[in-house]
Amino acid sequence: MGGRETIRMPGAVASAPDTSSSAGDLTPELIAADQWTDAMVAAAGIPVVEVPFVSVGGGIGSFVTTDYLRIAGVPKEAMRVLGNNETPWSTYEYLTRNSQIPRTERLRSDSASTPDCIWGFPSYAVREALAAKGLKAKLAPLWNVGTEPIFADYYTPKAGQAFATMEKEADRIGYFDYFDKGLVRMVRKRQGGGYFTILTPPDGTSATKRVAYKSRWVHIAVGYPGLKFLDDLQTYRQQYNDYTHVVNAYEPHEGVYEELLRKPGVVVLRGGGIVASRILQRLIDDRDHKGAQTQIHHVFRTYITGAHGPSIFMRRKGGDGWAYQGFNYPKSVWGGQLKSRMRRLEGEERAKLYKTIGGTNTPVRRLWQDQLARGRKEGWYRTHTGEVDSVVPAEAGGTVTRIKTKDGLLELQASYIIDGTGLEADIAEHRLLADLLEHSGAGRNPIGRLDVERTFEVRGTQNGDGRVYASGTATLGGYFPGVDTFLGLQIAAQEIGDDLARQGFGKRIGPLRSTAQWLRWARGKKI
Amino acid sequence: MLPTLMGRIQTRIFVIAVIGGLWALVIGPVLPGGGTTSDKYKAMYGVLLIVGVVGIAWEVIYHALMQFRWEKDWPTLFGLVLGVPEGVVAYLVARSGVLSSTEHISVGAFVVGFGTTWLVTWLWVNGPMRIFTVHWRFRGGRLI
Repeated sequence: MGGRETIRMPGAVASAPDTSSSAGDLTPELIAADQWTDAMVAAAGIPVVEVPFVSVGGGIGSFVTTDYLRIAGVPKEAMRVLGNNETPWSTYEYLTRNSQIPRTERLRSDSASTPDCIWGFPSYAVREALAAKGLKAKLAPLWNVGTEPIFADYYTPKAGQAFATMEKEADRIGYFDYFDKGLVRMVRKRQGGGYFTILTPPDGTSATKRVAYKSRWVHIAVGYPGLKFLDDLQTYRQQYNDYTHVVNAYEPHEGVYEELLRKPGVVVLRGGGIVASRILQRLIDDRDHKGAQTQIHHVFRTYITGAHGPSIFMRRKGGDGWAYQGFNYPKSVWGGQLKSRMRRLEGEERAKLYKTIGGTNTPVRRLWQDQLARGRKEGWYRTHTGEVDSVVPAEAGGTVTRIKTKDGLLELQASYIIDGTGLEADIAEHRLLADLLEHSGAGRNPIGRLDVERTFEVRGTQNGDGRVYASGTATLGGYFPGVDTFLGLQIAAQEIGDDLARQGFGKRIGPLRSTAQWLRWARGKKI
Repeated sequence: MLPTLMGRIQTRIFVIAVIGGLWALVIGPVLPGGGTTSDKYKAMYGVLLIVGVVGIAWEVIYHALMQFRWEKDWPTLFGLVLGVPEGVVAYLVARSGVLSSTEHISVGAFVVGFGTTWLVTWLWVNGPMRIFTVHWRFRGGRLI
């Protein structure tokens, strides 16, 4: 990753760790060559593991994809997952926890988006009802999911439920038996077909610095290339060496909330999406329940005043600055009309529809609406619209944010600035993806990310009978928009699984297999 | 499930024929009102046929209405509540004489037969259907 990325995720390391052993390392010859022969790898002294299918990432993308393949009949021995995470949900949990969704809080995810269950049945709401004690507690999630979004907010599962059920499924499919820990440095084409994937195992776990996995298929699900800070905040942090008063929502910043409890303070919050909503809830919950006196200035770059969109058939709700939407895209991208429409669009047209249905947005939740209405009325929550010109230290301590508004320059003094914008870095900031673009024929899609087919095969990377697939956020901009979600990963897994079945790897999951396997899943029977 | 028009129609036909058909076997004999079991079955399957055929027109209307929804979704609750207008229309069609088997169906028999079928198929589509196909829910409800 490049120097612009500031939020380091568990498992993402900017440069390969320096190990004491230099045996079996990459040679300049290997680094330079687009295609490797078996002899080149052998000459470098790098040991080779032969396995048909390798999934790179080790996050929820690898988990969901190999879960699908296991259910499609692929044995454990035919696959390896390579990644630097302890568990598939480690990075996700790290990011959700920092952005104020601990295990007891609810995610922004649909009831039937169940990464532990390819069928989505029973949904999280039904399972929550089954596990609840007392009739009222049992009926609540069912009523919620049955009346959403008309009489209730969208039902969403607790983060803890998603993690605990994934843990159970990982055990059922033997995930950790085919998981090898380490950092993947590159995937290169092998002369004669297939690929070499180079893993750097953790210190002291391998006799050589690198291990090569020789496979016919490679799946890449490496998650976020990195999260970028807003440029002006990055400049401030570097220039004034102040990492205390300016924080990003995705990095640990519990200290900010603790300090605000000790001493009344002012917070400038940037961003108009779900993360900003979450941060606001935390700040206001602390006011309501813990006696904090925090004053909030919320800066929108674009202030949404009401419903917006190109036509009466494409109007999204909005108001008070926010664009409102249940999930990060309109719901039908995960299986309905918009999924089917996007699948047929190319180039500019596709980029245009992405623009219409995308953008920053947040769900309407009654709690949040009430909290902000109260804040506006009582004067401790104020919004401002404009572009931030600069951020400088205040003389009396804290920060000053200068904003160019339509009424001129506005200066906001604040004890803390929280960046809730969640900008994603370019895919080339990820070392593995950059290598794939440079050496293996991968290209970019209409919005600049990794170009994949409808089957999630990475275009341009075929090698003999070998195929490279990718899923997750790196593939946003393709024929399917909802990639960076639980359900999106499952949809990608199905496309990949079906495509592999056509090539003879695993079986297509038809009605008989589906039913038989669901029965095994429901009884918790190992496969 | 987020439906497309083709998905709606295919799911409607499948669910009415298979799930409705099986449910009719159970509920047919216990329908209120007079007549032999054979008459009751004939009336019940007649109603299913009407709900299936008229339902295609309903699906086109639902699809058109859905266009005004930003999310292009169809909330679970709609599927349940729309049983009321569909039931009224299906009853009128049933009594109109278009099928001799349903011409004399009583209000009680229709309400029980249609009402329970509607509930069973609604529950089915929102849950157990997913056990049998992992593709259906990602394809807007299309089965083929």
